Amino acid sequence: MMPRLVVVGNGMAGVACVEQILKHAPKFEITIFGDETHVNYNRILLSSVLAGEKAADEIQLNGLEWYEKHGIELRLGVRITDVAAERKTVTGDDGSITSFNKLLIATGSTPLIPPMDGVKKEGVFVFRNLDDTRALLDRAAPGKKAVVIGGGLLGLEAARGLQVQGCDVTVVHLMDTLMERQLDLTGGSYLKAKMECLGVKVLLERNTTAILGNGKAEGVAFKDGSSVEADFVVIAAGIRPNVELGRKAGLQVNRGIVVNDYMETSNPDVFAVGECVEHNGTCYGLVAPLFEQGKVLAATITGNRGPVYGGTVSAAKLKIMGVDVFSAGNFAEKAPGTDAVRYEDPALGIYKKLTMRDGKLAGVILVGDTSESHRYMDWLRSQTDLTAMRRRLLFPGPADDAGLDVAAMANSKVVCGCNGVTKGAIIHAVHQKGINTLAQLKDCTRASTGCGSCTEVCQQLLKAVAPEFQEEAKRSLCKCVPFPEDKLREILRSQRLRSVQEVLEIYGNGVGCEVCKPALSYMVDMLWCGDHDEDRSARFINDRVHANIQKDGTFSVVPRIRGGVTSAKELRRIADVAEKYKVPMVKITGSQRIDLLGVKKADLPQIWADLGMPSGQAYTKGVRMVKTCVGTDFCRFGVQDSTKAGIELERRLEHLYTPHKLKMGAVGCPRNCAEATVKDIGLVGQEGSWQVVVGGAAGKKVRKADLLITVESAEEALQAATLFFQYYRENANYLERTYDFVERKGIENVRRDTVYAPLAIQQGLRERLRKSKRISRDAWLEGDAPRHPTQFVQIEPLEEVQA
Amino acid sequence: MSNKQWIRITPMHNIPLREGRSVTVAGREIAIFNLGDHVLAVDGRCPHKGGPLAEGIVTGSTVVCPLHAWKISLETGSVTKPDANPACVATYRTRIESGIVLIEIPEPSKKIQETPLSCGEQNRAALGDSPSPSPGL
Repeated sequence: MMPRLVVVGNGMAGVACVEQILKHAPKFEITIFGDETHVNYNRILLSSVLAGEKAADEIQLNGLEWYEKHGIELRLGVRITDVAAERKTVTGDDGSITSFNKLLIATGSTPLIPPMDGVKKEGVFVFRNLDDTRALLDRAAPGKKAVVIGGGLLGLEAARGLQVQGCDVTVVHLMDTLMERQLDLTGGSYLKAKMECLGVKVLLERNTTAILGNGKAEGVAFKDGSSVEADFVVIAAGIRPNVELGRKAGLQVNRGIVVNDYMETSNPDVFAVGECVEHNGTCYGLVAPLFEQGKVLAATITGNRGPVYGGTVSAAKLKIMGVDVFSAGNFAEKAPGTDAVRYEDPALGIYKKLTMRDGKLAGVILVGDTSESHRYMDWLRSQTDLTAMRRRLLFPGPADDAGLDVAAMANSKVVCGCNGVTKGAIIHAVHQKGINTLAQLKDCTRASTGCGSCTEVCQQLLKAVAPEFQEEAKRSLCKCVPFPEDKLREILRSQRLRSVQEVLEIYGNGVGCEVCKPALSYMVDMLWCGDHDEDRSARFINDRVHANIQKDGTFSVVPRIRGGVTSAKELRRIADVAEKYKVPMVKITGSQRIDLLGVKKADLPQIWADLGMPSGQAYTKGVRMVKTCVGTDFCRFGVQDSTKAGIELERRLEHLYTPHKLKMGAVGCPRNCAEATVKDIGLVGQEGSWQVVVGGAAGKKVRKADLLITVESAEEALQAATLFFQYYRENANYLERTYDFVERKGIENVRRDTVYAPLAIQQGLRERLRKSKRISRDAWLEGDAPRHPTQFVQIEPLEEVQA
Repeated sequence: MSNKQWIRITPMHNIPLREGRSVTVAGREIAIFNLGDHVLAVDGRCPHKGGPLAEGIVTGSTVVCPLHAWKISLETGSVTKPDANPACVATYRTRIESGIVLIEIPEPSKKIQETPLSCGEQNRAALGDSPSPSPGL
């Protein structure tokens, strides 16, 4: 008969360690005790259960059949209360006595309850296990006031979960910043703003002294004498390793049960793993160390002593939808020889800080954008010398290099920390099972089914090894600047690059081409709201001379006629100009404008002056026009003043540039005479309201616009339209029309990011639009004040030569 | 070679950096480009549909025709995009003298039609003798 291994604790650490032990040759009869009545589940996903994103049974890790298959005796609902180390037995709270040859203590930790009065009152909860979560879900209801004591990872996740359930949530934190163990003051303030944006109230520097109420929680009182009301209270102020069994077994115990690098305790037959242990003075409360420890312990306990546990770089990721926070390593920057490299954008809520020591990464904080966390973790673990990359530390490598990361990764490296799936296991599965999609990979290996933070890496691996993997490819701008446009925008913004040539020299091939130069020209203009270094050599000819080049090298001139409403006087001037400059063709356009075709470049400034009208921007990727119907002024059917609304819309947006041309329409009734529903932005008047529609097209593609929002007044319609306008400007790729953009984003997301976005986001969009508009000007003013002396002038040679 | 002459065209500062300007000399429409430390000159019209090359975006020492994005090497006059296209434009030797751009063109007495240069000859001429400022002239 094989020796008996008794495992106390059926949590992630104990079971993960048993899984590792099973990978060695069978050595033990195994019995696992668990004091909860559930099979092994993924504790880090409890916050997802609380937030309603996952059902309780979805976070199960090992079903009963797994225990059966491996001949493991599972004793659920039994708490081990005593250990007799000499007799080698454990005693359960059911009175049972079980003998062992080897004992594995994986008792985890329990919530830390700070000293305060009234913690025994009804309505005071902790948030540690599935039963706690269920109790909270029972209690949570729309409008209920919930106070969460503790502004760390767990407290914030609990707060968000309760808030999703409709509760009015206040987080109370002792320290002056949230998640102070993972974030510095700045990062904490970004996080606070994000939590508040979600509707969670945050009270800092509040020392809770008592839970108020008569037998039942009714509020919490603070040391400073203030208090807040509560229908129930959740204490999430930290955890304490469960070390009692270790003490009873006579092991060396400090804060946790002390283990050495082989995961041995002071007793050769007793082992410990997970949150209850202390290695090298550190107790870990996160998932990654559990797997690393479990692997070492499995080797030691099965007689393969050799691998050592060298500690884990602590890393934490907040799992709240829309609040991306990642922290790893040491972020303190005061130590001598330490530099902090920072990037922040308050409007976007992005804050990144790297602490560097001796050319290597010592710590990282990411708030608002954690997409690069994997790369930083690798740098932290491998202690790569980053001197050569110093300029680009905060920015991703070129898109083409995406595969290199995963190629360089060792096969033994754990990709999915939640389920302990290695790179090797994923590649094996891909080859053996013919996996081509992430969903298949999830089914087969469970990789990325946990917290989901490894999804990106899994996709990269699939891309590298799965023969038919299809992924939504992120196209880079062009060969000259090998970055996707969203990354480029981030780079330009954070590196404060204001000229096309600078971007090309630092992030591109130094030369550029006809594709990237106009795109980058747009990007710097948009990002800096017009306060950029304009370089006309990077612009297409149309944007150098503000007219549309024709096949014979002449140009066309389209003055702005807002809303398509003109006057006899204006028409007379246009007619005079056409005659004076012998304009070969005068044409009414499809956009309710007048086009003067066949004009010589040198005549442009004088024609503009004679017209006395602003540029209609008919030559550029910018605001073309608003087409209107006659609305209520004359029409028998019009129910809204679309002419006035259209002219106002055009006035608010004219002179601005957009990723592609932008055409708008405003109609006064659903008959849609000005075709607003096939415009990039349309205002559709109806009895008592306006519909704002976006993403319509009637060109190369015909597409009916999607409804953005229905509002009561014309002003509200204009506000919604301009909000979408700026959102499109900031997020579309160059030459991406709104109809592609809206389809790519999904109208639900567009709504969420614009008209239904938090107020701060809307204000940010409006403020940037306002700034751009303030700086913008009628391009035709350059006729009088050219940017360059020969901008419109035909150069004559200094010497006459006979032809 | 006596059938060529250098013509003073315009001050260098009249052509913005990385832009072109068109000039008509001895009946020829020529596009001149400012590449920072030197200028390059080619025939002004694209061999494709006659687009005005001086209005094109400059990428390195290539100009992109504004009409249909054909790419023409300013050094050799050959079409680099579409690939393997035999068409080309004539190139002209240039130099800068006291801030003035000079272009070398065939002598006026010789009619353009009488001095047809094949692509190959122009290429050699352009590549073999790179233009350089010669203040002594």
